[in-house]
Amino acid sequence: MDWKASFSILGFPGVLSYIGKGVAFTLILSVLAVVISIFLGSVLALCRNYCHGRSRIFRWISTVYIEVFRNTPLLLWIFICLVACPCPKFFARKMWGLTSVEMKILFRAVVALVLFESSIIAEIIRGGLNAIPKGQFEAAHTQGFSTVQTMLYIILPQAYRAVVPTLLSQIISTIKDSSYLANLACIELMSRVRKILATSNMFNGVGRQMVSDVFVLFGLAFVIYFVINFTLSCAVRRIQKRRPKKQEAAA
Amino acid sequence: MDELFSPEAWQKLWTYRATFLTGFGNTLRTAAAALLLALVLGFLFGLMAASGKPLLRALARVYVECIQNTPVVLQMCFLYYVLAFSSVKTDIIATGIVSLGVYTGAYMAEVVRAGIGSIPKGQFEAAQSQGFGYFSTMWRIILPQSIKIILPPMVNQMVNLIKNTSCLYIVGGADLISLTYSFVTGASTGGAYAPAYILCGVLFFCICYPLSHLATRWETVLKRRESQQHLKEAA
Repeated sequence: MDWKASFSILGFPGVLSYIGKGVAFTLILSVLAVVISIFLGSVLALCRNYCHGRSRIFRWISTVYIEVFRNTPLLLWIFICLVACPCPKFFARKMWGLTSVEMKILFRAVVALVLFESSIIAEIIRGGLNAIPKGQFEAAHTQGFSTVQTMLYIILPQAYRAVVPTLLSQIISTIKDSSYLANLACIELMSRVRKILATSNMFNGVGRQMVSDVFVLFGLAFVIYFVINFTLSCAVRRIQKRRPKKQEAAA
Repeated sequence: MDELFSPEAWQKLWTYRATFLTGFGNTLRTAAAALLLALVLGFLFGLMAASGKPLLRALARVYVECIQNTPVVLQMCFLYYVLAFSSVKTDIIATGIVSLGVYTGAYMAEVVRAGIGSIPKGQFEAAQSQGFGYFSTMWRIILPQSIKIILPPMVNQMVNLIKNTSCLYIVGGADLISLTYSFVTGASTGGAYAPAYILCGVLFFCICYPLSHLATRWETVLKRRESQQHLKEAA
């Protein structure tokens, strides 16, 4: 235990910027994954809810997709994607200060996160769709909207508005889930902190690893995750609080 | 992905089936023990959050916010390395049980709090006027009513807990995911990527799907019953 030496790790040249870049990549990964997942999840949710009759094959496909990915751990998909996912040439080159190997890992990590999160987001959006009264469809049809138009202009906007808080808290989950990459890809926050900890004897000036190193480094990671996620969850709560008033006013 | 259709790869899987069964057993045991811990913590902190005493409520709030806003991987690593670096003899499974239990406990606490919060206030006042103490009010009147609201989200948290056992991999545990990974990358066993991952996924699916299906069904039934009640009351 030597707190001064442990804190000197953070002052070591390059350490803080290395961790800072990790934070940036954690955020980039998560936001990218959630944005793509919202698109994919919407398609899946619409298919699972409204593909009847001749197009019911799409309902089966999306149901199987959602249930398979929702009921298996993310780490499994990370393993599979890092080995088996093809990476287009466009991403397999030097970009944003990453080597081409790291870019490949970044791409595959996003794919794995999208596969997993899209199934969860699909279920969230389906919850929003189920809350829409049937009369909305009938009203839209009598006004001459086609099925696609009804979905785009009438049903989806209402469904999204209903699930905004849940989607925001899914971003929190995604940020937390991205830490599963810790052992495999040295680009996001958790893996970078672990990497520094593994060689902390080189940074703390004592020459050996100490318990206080763990506290300082993981404490820093804890604070960073906490600040990001707590801000988001406060935003979620504010939106949820404002919600009922608005509906009353509308009624 | 060629090994998907190669009989040798599947043969290898069959030869080493004990590895997967051990991993599966470890995953289930870890999840079960962590669930027990999570339930204890969940009810404890959930009741604290619903108690109305400022200090207890603040304590429960701090626990829930700190745990829910940081990744379980970080918490597990933290616990493991602190123990390892202070040269305490560590059992990885025990570390996993504690950190997963604490993590899931925070979610359980929120579920319990929301369940108690959904009971009308008049029930508390009525119980008090009849001379019930705090604990007997909770035990005999509030919890029996809120249990049906509490259970479906709790089952969902159970599914998450089972999936989260995979983060034992980070500290080198012996759960299903870790053993699958060391199987496919091992010197003598390596190679059979596709069959091994498929088996691992199927085993997880077999446990998680019935549970999450049950939770979804349950919620729909509850919602339907509720809206019927509203209709009756309106009529």
